[in-house]
Amino acid sequence: MQRSIGWRRRTLATFIGLLVATAATTGCLGKEQATNGDDNADAKEFTLTIAANAIAGGKNAASAEWIENWVIPNFIEDQKAKGRTAKVEFQPSGAADEDYKSKVALDLRSGSGADIYAIDGIWVGEFADAGYIKPIEDLVGKDKTDAWEGWSQIPESVQGNMSYNGKRYGVPSGTDGRVIYFNKKLFAQAGLPTDWQPKSWDDILSAAQTIKAKLPGVTPVQLNAGTAMGEATTMQGVLPLLVGTGAEIYADGKWQGNTQAIRDVLGFYEKIYSGGLGDPVLQQDAKGRDKSFQAFAEGKIAILFEGDYFWRSVVEPEKGIAKMADRDETVGYAMIPAMKPGAGIRGQDFVSMSGGGGHVLNPNTKYPHQAWELLQFMNSKEATIALLGGSARITQRQDVNNEVLAGDPMLSFVSQKVLPLTAYRPGFAVYPRVSQALQQATLDVVSGKSVAEAAEAYQKAIEGIAGGADKVASG
Amino acid sequence: MPPAETTVAQPEVTQPTAASVGVARATPTDTVGLGRARAVAFVTPALVLIGVFLVFPALWTLYIGTTDFRLTGAAARSPSFVGLENYARALADPTFYNSLWLTLIFVLGSAVIGQNGLGFALAWAMRDAPRWASRLAQTLVLLAWILPSSVVAFLWIAMLDRDAGTINVLLGQTPGVAWLIEYPMVGIVVFNIWRGTAFSMMLYSAALSSVPPSHLETARLAGASGAQTLRDVVLPHIRRYALTNTLLITLWTFNDFTPFLLTAGGPGRESEIIPVYIYNTAIIGGEMGYSGAISLLVLLMNLLLALVYLRAARTGQRTAA
Amino acid sequence: MNVAKAVVRRILVYVVFGFGTAFFALPMLWLLSAPFDDPPTYAVRPPRNFSLENLSQILDNRYAVPSLVNSTLLSVGTMVLVVVSAALAAYALSRANVPGRDALLYALLLLSSVVTGTAAMVPIFLLIYQLDLIDTHLGVILVLTGGLLPAAIFLLKDFIDTIPRSYEESARVFGASPLQILRHIVVPVARPGLATIGVWTIVQVWGSFLVPFLLLRDPDKQPAAVLLRTFYTEGGSPNLGLIAAFSLLYSIPVVLMYLLAWSRYGFRFHGGIKS
Repeated sequence: MQRSIGWRRRTLATFIGLLVATAATTGCLGKEQATNGDDNADAKEFTLTIAANAIAGGKNAASAEWIENWVIPNFIEDQKAKGRTAKVEFQPSGAADEDYKSKVALDLRSGSGADIYAIDGIWVGEFADAGYIKPIEDLVGKDKTDAWEGWSQIPESVQGNMSYNGKRYGVPSGTDGRVIYFNKKLFAQAGLPTDWQPKSWDDILSAAQTIKAKLPGVTPVQLNAGTAMGEATTMQGVLPLLVGTGAEIYADGKWQGNTQAIRDVLGFYEKIYSGGLGDPVLQQDAKGRDKSFQAFAEGKIAILFEGDYFWRSVVEPEKGIAKMADRDETVGYAMIPAMKPGAGIRGQDFVSMSGGGGHVLNPNTKYPHQAWELLQFMNSKEATIALLGGSARITQRQDVNNEVLAGDPMLSFVSQKVLPLTAYRPGFAVYPRVSQALQQATLDVVSGKSVAEAAEAYQKAIEGIAGGADKVASG
Repeated sequence: MPPAETTVAQPEVTQPTAASVGVARATPTDTVGLGRARAVAFVTPALVLIGVFLVFPALWTLYIGTTDFRLTGAAARSPSFVGLENYARALADPTFYNSLWLTLIFVLGSAVIGQNGLGFALAWAMRDAPRWASRLAQTLVLLAWILPSSVVAFLWIAMLDRDAGTINVLLGQTPGVAWLIEYPMVGIVVFNIWRGTAFSMMLYSAALSSVPPSHLETARLAGASGAQTLRDVVLPHIRRYALTNTLLITLWTFNDFTPFLLTAGGPGRESEIIPVYIYNTAIIGGEMGYSGAISLLVLLMNLLLALVYLRAARTGQRTAA
Repeated sequence: MNVAKAVVRRILVYVVFGFGTAFFALPMLWLLSAPFDDPPTYAVRPPRNFSLENLSQILDNRYAVPSLVNSTLLSVGTMVLVVVSAALAAYALSRANVPGRDALLYALLLLSSVVTGTAAMVPIFLLIYQLDLIDTHLGVILVLTGGLLPAAIFLLKDFIDTIPRSYEESARVFGASPLQILRHIVVPVARPGLATIGVWTIVQVWGSFLVPFLLLRDPDKQPAAVLLRTFYTEGGSPNLGLIAAFSLLYSIPVVLMYLLAWSRYGFRFHGGIKS
């Protein structure tokens, strides 16, 4: 019996000891890594690693193959010509985006990992706040950062995707833009101009009314709504409208709550869906987005808000998932107007939203200067063209776009007209929850709730997400 | 008779005593004479591995549950201690209760009733079946358990597919019901029954073979029907096995992440069982602190369930003849 | 009357068997047809277009076969560690009546659910990082072992509990050391239980995704479970052909191993000698 008491005491002691040890070591949860003073600026021999969520034979295989077969050998050659011995490795991944993000975060947090990481633009803010990445100029100096020729080829707005608080954290790689598509044939039948460019939301509504009156059986507008379409609702529907009212979803430390801007956006949704100008049932269908593509391709939807992805991969005449053989003649495209001329952000008449990723430097890299050189190399004109592999896609560089998109009027349109106007989503970890709240608000309106009700529910949701009413703009 | 491979050390003295051979004295609680020192030595490797790679990270995780730690964002650089705030939040969060409720349905349906029931039925039927049928069934059931999770997830996604899945083909409707979208809970419950019955089947097989044949013979001679034999002779004997089995599969099913591969908790949150909820909170939402708190709540719930079973086991022992 | 009852019983047995066999076999059919189908769909049918294209694409994939080797390394490594340490611990816990051992076992079992969940991701990563075992197979093996040991000990202890102690006691009298007893008396009798735990461990590790994903960086070290999740097309949808073909390759080793273990050792959770 004495033995059993001894055992109990011993177990208790061990347990407490473990607890204390745990509490002590968890102190290193919040510690920052000490940076290396010596930055090997003049090293003649070095090894660099590039990490991306791409893997040969799997996810994003084209990027993986580009890195392995073009970037690495050519960079090594390039360095050899400058009298340096470079060794570059590629660390592929093929995981779901969020899983990859966690892995990168853990690497950066522990001060280890690759020297260059491919990340999504919306992660920049949260990574910067966590201290995981630093502005490029902090690593190699402002002069070396600004000296790169590529910056003059990348529009300011696109640079914004990989910037935070006005500082550049990385180089964007590829982007896209959102426009309004419309069916020229249906427009002609309804007596509307085939070179349509609406200048305000009212223009869109009146065109839709005309379609409704003249072409029964055709849904005038497809404006993504509801939660079933996920981020597509926010990116193709809510946010382009929101920036058209002059407001950004996050500005000056506050998220948009029940503001006039949000009510205006929800009001537009109400006018469309309660006015018979859109198909409310389609919005909650599990395959709603795909079905809307099919419907547009068949001429059953007249106006559709989407990104250039729609042009390139959905209604593309040969390989599109809802191909239209007469795409080039039938599908028209126009810039998304602000609510009224001049009402958009930055006083713009037209607006758009974009997404995309880029590459950042690991602040704990042993060779920051060499890594920056590799980063510039990966974003040079030749490298960017090599990545395209002959296909026409919008890249981050205007010189490349002008060259490769010459044969595609729509993509040139986006590159030249839309990209300079565009905006990006805020890079905060809570953004996905904010996006869900926006989707829910549109769902409320589409299912018949009043704008006021939906906006109030939205306000509550945002307050919970943002962590307090003081972080939410309202009124 | 001891097994043939036994080799026994031959003592050097004709009258061996425990002391002379240098081993600890056998005691009533330690009949094989293991001795404290050796028992500790035997347990040490496992204990060290468990201590470092299980207990330490687990306690750390539970500690994180009392902070607002995130993997990214400002709270990643300097997390602050928030005490019970995460718990208060969880207990007031309808999504948490939704997840809990779905998990209880999942565990009850697929483990307690499904795997138990099917496992027992198969074990019972196998006693009377021809040997080839027995082996075939056993092999198939075990294969379902052996195949890796990612593979079985795809097998069932294919099975339940709306346009070409086997179920809809058999029902004669293509395209038919999109099972995983319209009835996600049913989908994952059936999936889990398929996946995990093997364990219960094997356990009940062993349990049934431990029922003394003499008892069964007596029941048969007394004219008892199959159902009566089952109820009065078999069940009391395997009661302990049934409870251990149910406890283990309850705990395993409660924490099983595999349904994520089928429905990702969706559509919306309709099949967001607790392990998926924790994943969504931690990875998608980035809230490590909150998910750590949820993990502790899950642990407490598992503890509760375990205590319920242990209680049942003990009362069973007391009332057994 | 008795004949009728016997017939009914027979029918019931056949029904249960028929249903059971069909229920368990059906989903697996996809694995036999889809890899050879071009283009593959979710349908189970004799391949419309029999083709070995998917399989050859997989074999061309430079990570495919090495990943299977990695999976084997991880599984066998973890299995050895788990079986050895669990056997020692289970034996000691079974034979030496340590007070509080049941409570300890249950506590460990409960904690293992915390550590196999996603919430423990950061502590595990940081722990392995501090031990400088990131991107090593050893790190993965140690973490997985820690998570699997409680259940393994629990099951083995239950198994060993049912082995009568008479042999060990006699061996004691003859002067055998506990280690010798373990090796020469207990282990042979406990083989089915050990085999079961061994197979169970291999199966758990073979399918394990999260831990290897978090702790490994070099693609040549990735196990098959991680590689399987990378087969997407450029458009972002799952590449069914590659997935089906790789799933087949990925499943074959474990199935073979199970058949091997089963035929040699049989699967049992309770040992002892039949009365």
